[in-house]
Amino acid sequence: MERPFVEISEVAMRYGGVEGTLALQGTSMNIAKGEFVAVVGPSGCGKSTLMRLVTGLWPATAGHVVVAGTEVAGPLSIAGMAFQNPTLLPWRNILDNVMLPLEVVEPHRRQLRAKRAEYEKQAKDLLALVGLAGFEAKFPWQLSGGMQQRASLCRALIHEPALLMLDEPFAALDIFTREDLWSVLQDVWMVRRPTVILVTHDLREAAFLADRVLVMSSRPGRIIAERKVHFPRPRTLETTYAPEFVSLVHDLREYISAARKGEEVAHA
Amino acid sequence: MPDDTGAIRPAAVANAAGMSPEALKRLEEMAAAARRRRRLQAWLPWLVIVGMFVVWEAAVAAFSIPQFVLPAPTDIAASMVKWWKPLLDNSWQTLMTTLIGFGFAIVFGLLLGIAIGSSTLLYHGLYPLLIGFNSIPKVAVVPILVIWFGIGTVPAVITAFLISFFPIVVNVATGIATVEPELRDVLRALGARHTDIIRKVGLPRAMPYFFASLKISITVAFVGSIIAETVAANKGIGHLMILASSRFDVPLVFAGLMVTAIMGVAMYVAAVSIENRTTGWATRGQNDQQQVKFGGA
Repeated sequence: MERPFVEISEVAMRYGGVEGTLALQGTSMNIAKGEFVAVVGPSGCGKSTLMRLVTGLWPATAGHVVVAGTEVAGPLSIAGMAFQNPTLLPWRNILDNVMLPLEVVEPHRRQLRAKRAEYEKQAKDLLALVGLAGFEAKFPWQLSGGMQQRASLCRALIHEPALLMLDEPFAALDIFTREDLWSVLQDVWMVRRPTVILVTHDLREAAFLADRVLVMSSRPGRIIAERKVHFPRPRTLETTYAPEFVSLVHDLREYISAARKGEEVAHA
Repeated sequence: MPDDTGAIRPAAVANAAGMSPEALKRLEEMAAAARRRRRLQAWLPWLVIVGMFVVWEAAVAAFSIPQFVLPAPTDIAASMVKWWKPLLDNSWQTLMTTLIGFGFAIVFGLLLGIAIGSSTLLYHGLYPLLIGFNSIPKVAVVPILVIWFGIGTVPAVITAFLISFFPIVVNVATGIATVEPELRDVLRALGARHTDIIRKVGLPRAMPYFFASLKISITVAFVGSIIAETVAANKGIGHLMILASSRFDVPLVFAGLMVTAIMGVAMYVAAVSIENRTTGWATRGQNDQQQVKFGGA
């Protein structure tokens, strides 16, 4: 069997020294290359901590994180990230915001000057894919929250990262925009096939987007349940009204309730 | 995208075909009201200044205040006309002194601000020293400077530098040190080096803070150079005012104050116009014509 792209084994994370808060303990998971995994859990269960461990932004206190066959020891340079807050740079227009990773990541960084036109075209194509064609010269504050989040997604994808980390990227948006962006994200994923770890507390979002949903316990976080999602792609909003979908979301909800009470759930 | 294009171009909405005449008329009325409001805003500062002088003149006349206590604005103007040559010479001297000191403050303030803002170690190490230094009254430093450099331009330049340097350092350091953690994570996960983050995010982000500090710094730089000139100089507006007061020529003292205020305002306006040109993104909305049109009725 092929080695998983992301391997997390028995990872623990404690903040603030020996007496500090234990955010994660005994967390393990494997993620295959090109897989779309969603991590759900009650609030404060260490989902965001997990993301920072995988990308090497923080070191784990115990256990191992292996990405693409190498132990993670410092920040990866292959990850794209998007957060709840779009964090676009207000002094750059949308096109320049999206191109920011190309100014940082090798080998694009060296080639940017020579191949500017080519890269700009890539960025424009990507913006068109998420429905932002014609907004390249606008500044972030001229765009609505949903459009800023689309641009932020483009910024996470422009350098074709092998690993895409999404930390509640749609949490601050209204339900209609959110559902719109689920489809956008699915389209992008189906074209480019990056490995995605999506952290969310929206169970419908997890069920709609992921190949596999992992449920975490409350702090210290561990994986307590895992569900494969078999709905054919591309999934549409119709999918979310199918009885199987509703019952999957219902099951996930049960796990979360159990997790909040601190009960053990059998792997389904 | 039907969800979010509407808020972007109100002008396009206003010009859109098929608008009823009543709606167009109402829009025009709102625009006219906003224009009147902007005109008033532009004239208001001048009206206030003229008003102040009128009240001043009237008060001096009404209470027959002697000229050596508080000269009337007309006396001050007369003194300005009479002594225009020395006033011009000395204010030129003060302006140059201030600008040189201010220039040094910009260069060193930026460098130190960037250094302190990008390194927590430097920040914690240097901050107490800087605050201690800033608490020292600069007028007390001037005699020391005179011992070191003698009477003349140099102590005034250094005093202007010392007094205007601190706000620049603090502001630039704050701008760089307060980069959003998420944004830092986005860049670090791309493999960005510390210098990349400072260059791409920290510095541009610190620019509005920097220009805000320039507005404070340039006005206090005048305070610095004039303090030094009153204590130890043979040229400059401060020196001129000391001479005038020793001769009880109070209108000339006030004329010196006026000239200083005018220079301060002029430099402030210059700093603001540079700020608007370079970091307009930070004050979005305030200069946005469309927003005024819709919100200013």
